[in-house]
Amino acid sequence: MPACDLAPGGMVGLEVGDRAIALYRLSDGSFHATDNICTHAYALLSDGWLEGDTVECPLHGGCFDVRSGKGICAPITQDLATYPVEIRDGVIHVALGD
Amino acid sequence: MSTHVIVGAGQAGACAAVAMRQIGFEGRIVLVGREPGLPYEKPPLSKNVLAGAAGTLPPVIFREEAYSHHSIETRFGIEVADADPQARTIALANGETIVFDRLLLATGGRARRLDLPGAEHIATLRTLDDAQRIRSGLEDRGHVVCIGAGVIGLEFAAVARAKGCRVTVVELGSAVMERILCSEVQRFLEEFHRHEGVTFRFGARPVAVELLEDGRKRMMLEDGAEIEASLIVAGVGMERDVALARRLGVDVDNGILVDEFGRTSNPDIFAAGDVAAFWHPALRKRLRLEAWRHAQNHGIAVGQNMAGANVPYQDVPWLWTDQYGLTIQISGLPKEADHCLYQEGEKPGSFVGYHLGRDNAVVGATAINAPRQARAAQALIRMNGSLPDKLRAELKSSLQAAARAHEHGTI
Repeated sequence: MPACDLAPGGMVGLEVGDRAIALYRLSDGSFHATDNICTHAYALLSDGWLEGDTVECPLHGGCFDVRSGKGICAPITQDLATYPVEIRDGVIHVALGD
Repeated sequence: MSTHVIVGAGQAGACAAVAMRQIGFEGRIVLVGREPGLPYEKPPLSKNVLAGAAGTLPPVIFREEAYSHHSIETRFGIEVADADPQARTIALANGETIVFDRLLLATGGRARRLDLPGAEHIATLRTLDDAQRIRSGLEDRGHVVCIGAGVIGLEFAAVARAKGCRVTVVELGSAVMERILCSEVQRFLEEFHRHEGVTFRFGARPVAVELLEDGRKRMMLEDGAEIEASLIVAGVGMERDVALARRLGVDVDNGILVDEFGRTSNPDIFAAGDVAAFWHPALRKRLRLEAWRHAQNHGIAVGQNMAGANVPYQDVPWLWTDQYGLTIQISGLPKEADHCLYQEGEKPGSFVGYHLGRDNAVVGATAINAPRQARAAQALIRMNGSLPDKLRAELKSSLQAAARAHEHGTI
């Protein structure tokens, strides 16, 4: 996906094989990727709310730090998987590790 | 070493226990709960625990190792037998007596039962046991009746329809979710349920239930009508469990009275969650909320305050309900509004209603399949803000656009 398609402060959900990945571009311009499905109950984080470097689940309000995947408020008890992101020739590459 | 005892191991009690430890309380924490097993989330009881395969369990609030990790002593499946405010003791039904320095009452409540002959043939839904019993009652796909068109009743109705049951909802009032929704959304939701095959009887008061020979039940209504059903469920609210609070001598008025820090009339006794009638400093009124996120966040705030944090709790009230494919999120206090404006959501058929009060301040929002707008509206409610002009220009005075989208089957 071209990096210019994701504006700062934006996020998008992607299907990669059978995995759902959320891609974020923070207001400092940095790109980050996590699993897109909340660890609490089934919901896509990309339907939620991105504020600073925190994504809030659209269903029950659980929050994650998109840089580290760490759950930072109730009801989250399990962190999110994160994936390295690289921009090469203006295209976003996410390393899913397999 | 100081001891904090928490009575009630639902969402509020369990969250309070962990929160007081996380904020640095180093004393002893004892969490006492009536139900056996690990504390679990209650919202799924009227959703996927009913809808799912037999044996579907709600998620636990914290896994077992979290309690040992935080050195929280648990007493699950144990009732409180007695309490003494002078001696500061809680006596448990297993014979144990615990001396507390601070006590949290997170006793929640019980499903209200109707007072009528044959009431024992009416099921209620509050615990995992209740949900599993009702779930098996849906198996024969017969005619089921729900008394009450509130959140629990409508969620039950939606699941029962999805399972192929014939469903009748009997409601004493004149609309669905009468205490929570504005009238236009009430009509939208009622119509949605009718479209899905639910029959409503409004203004109907059950007066008796009898058990028939084949195991089915017959319910008599005040107007003389009779309804036969394989299962009757009442979703008519809850009764707050204030028995222990009364024994401890703290002030009670339809709930345990607490200030914005969760403190009762006794400064060492606190209350949180469904059972608390709490002062909301931003809304400047006393509230009694029966909702999952409130129980969680009130439990956390009060748990932190017991550990010395002194943080007033003033979250925007919020609840959600899932019915068929609709996720309805209600923020603030929609019933306090004098009019409502609507915006279509990002997805077809989704919408949000902004409930406006004095000076056009946003006092509530009802979002249907529109979580992002719900979240944005909460920020406006928190600031007691009026609608931004740009947003206001997009709003419509009726829900018709969304309703049309539904007729075209796009929800």
